Amino acid sequence: MWLIGLAWKNLWRNKTRTAITMSAVFFAVLLSVFAGSLKSGIFGNMIKNVVSFYTGYIQIHKKGYWNEQVLDNGMICDSALEHRLLQIPNVTGLAPRLETFGLIATNKSTKGCLVAGVDPEKENEVTSLKKKLIRGQYLNFNDTEALLSEGLAERIKARTGDTIYIIGQGYHGATAAGRYRVKGIVKFGSPELNNQTMFLSLPAASELFSAEGIATSLVVSLRNPDLLDETVRALEQKLGSETEVMSWEAIMPDVKQHIETDSNNMKYVQGILYMLVSFGIFGTFLMMMVERKNELAMLIAIGMKKSKLCLLMVIESVFTVLGGCIMGILVSIPLVWYFNQKPLRLGGEIAKVYEKFGFEAIFPTSLSPDNFVFQGITVLAIGLLLSLYPVYKVINTDPATSLKR
Amino acid sequence: MKTSKPDSATAAKSDVVIDTHNISRVYNPDTIPVYAIRNVHLHIKRGEFTALVGPSGSGKTTLLNLIGGLDKPDQGRILINGTEITALSAGELIEFRLYNIGFVFQSFNLIPVLTAGENAEFIMLLQGKSKKERDARMKQLFREIDMEDKMDRRPGELSGGQQQRVAVARALASKPQFILADEPTANLDSKSASNLLDIMDKMNREENITFIFSTHDQRVIERARRVITLVDGEVASDTNVIDTSAPH
Repeated sequence: MWLIGLAWKNLWRNKTRTAITMSAVFFAVLLSVFAGSLKSGIFGNMIKNVVSFYTGYIQIHKKGYWNEQVLDNGMICDSALEHRLLQIPNVTGLAPRLETFGLIATNKSTKGCLVAGVDPEKENEVTSLKKKLIRGQYLNFNDTEALLSEGLAERIKARTGDTIYIIGQGYHGATAAGRYRVKGIVKFGSPELNNQTMFLSLPAASELFSAEGIATSLVVSLRNPDLLDETVRALEQKLGSETEVMSWEAIMPDVKQHIETDSNNMKYVQGILYMLVSFGIFGTFLMMMVERKNELAMLIAIGMKKSKLCLLMVIESVFTVLGGCIMGILVSIPLVWYFNQKPLRLGGEIAKVYEKFGFEAIFPTSLSPDNFVFQGITVLAIGLLLSLYPVYKVINTDPATSLKR
Repeated sequence: MKTSKPDSATAAKSDVVIDTHNISRVYNPDTIPVYAIRNVHLHIKRGEFTALVGPSGSGKTTLLNLIGGLDKPDQGRILINGTEITALSAGELIEFRLYNIGFVFQSFNLIPVLTAGENAEFIMLLQGKSKKERDARMKQLFREIDMEDKMDRRPGELSGGQQQRVAVARALASKPQFILADEPTANLDSKSASNLLDIMDKMNREENITFIFSTHDQRVIERARRVITLVDGEVASDTNVIDTSAPH
């Protein structure tokens, strides 16, 4: 106990040195928490953007649909199934889709396109489709009109109010043909989707493709996206082997890869930050050991065991590093919260580039407590690891040499 | 005061505290050997008040370090109260010093964050003494150094002389076999040095505490009852001063 008291008193003998060490730790925690939460926030937002393009967090298909995306691989989708799946705690909503390819034509042009029959309200809950509307009006459930993606509308030279024609193959080989008025134009960030997508209400699409009660995919929205894998497993258990449950990571492995690459780059930046912090803390330990060389030698000379002296050094380091960590976390909480509420926002040309690809040009921070804990523990570990230097110096102190003046 | 050669027969007596046998300390033994201490035989009895004198570089501090177990000789044996400290490991030496040797340093070396009382008490904390024992000893020691009213002062609030008196109290707190003092008056003005010497002299006479000083200070040499002169690491002379002022 007296050793703890002595360590505490020693902290205040050179207030400047203690303040410098604590500041180094404080800024390390503050910066690393902020950088970490910004990283998590950016990637979380990026994933949110990507899933809200079209895919959603999870899709359910009949087994084999993903490899052969044809209507005949559709599944029966009724309210009983939806009710069963909504029992899973993290599932907040389901949006059925009936998707296939067809030919779209106006009197000026004909192109291939993706025809998606959707429940307009449910689809909006999952992919915020309504937000992508740039002209005209959004669909209603019983509408027999169509929404066109901006690029597709340009390619076939169609505008709102124009009539378009669809021809394709329906369920079990039936011929599908229909005529619809363009109710609205939606804009996607993804050029691929923007150039070829057309939306119908689900009843209209079912009628067009003779696929009553059939859905090719069921898009799942989640309460907590962090529980993605757990939810996939829960859905798989509930649905059995006749269906395939795919997370957005499985649907878009290239996007996952991109995020992982960016995440690794951020790790290098954080690594450099940790190195700078380590040098800062080490510098103060170095200074401390030079200043106290004589005192430590004296303590050994009068009979203080080196193990006790090492413990004293470690307790002092723990006080300093822990103090800096706690202050850093306390200050970082309001800072991270502020930038979560008022995210960093890009402007000008860069923002336009982001928006062109469907990403919001904002960088919110993540409020995940994991980040605070992880960064705090990492800096604490660095500090404690560096406190081995004073321990090493104590072990190697030769009192006769060190007491020489 | 009269002087005489020390009686070699007394060295064999059982009250010999420090007994060095032909000790040598060599620096740079593989390149250009420098003998800091060469073939020193010494016997110091309990209650002696001994000064190690000699010019700078003569080996006074090295000899003190060897006797204090802070350094090891390259040759020879050192026995403290019958224990051969040259055979002890570094860890055992620390433990040995804690219970047997008191140190007073030239630059006081008090712990600045502790009060005078806590500094002196520190060594007893290391020994694991109870609070009651520590308090009683502190009271006694600070009375002896005439600083009872300054126990709560930090070293920075004390004069050099007072700090050195606290250092003496710290050295005595563990009830050691003897006290080694390396140039204890070097950083003190003459009045403080005289006060300090009075205290140590009194403790030596009244409590039979053994003191060994290394010093250049003529005032210390005059007070010593045995003066060992080192030249180039060897004992050039070893003189007992017959103190006529000593009580009979």
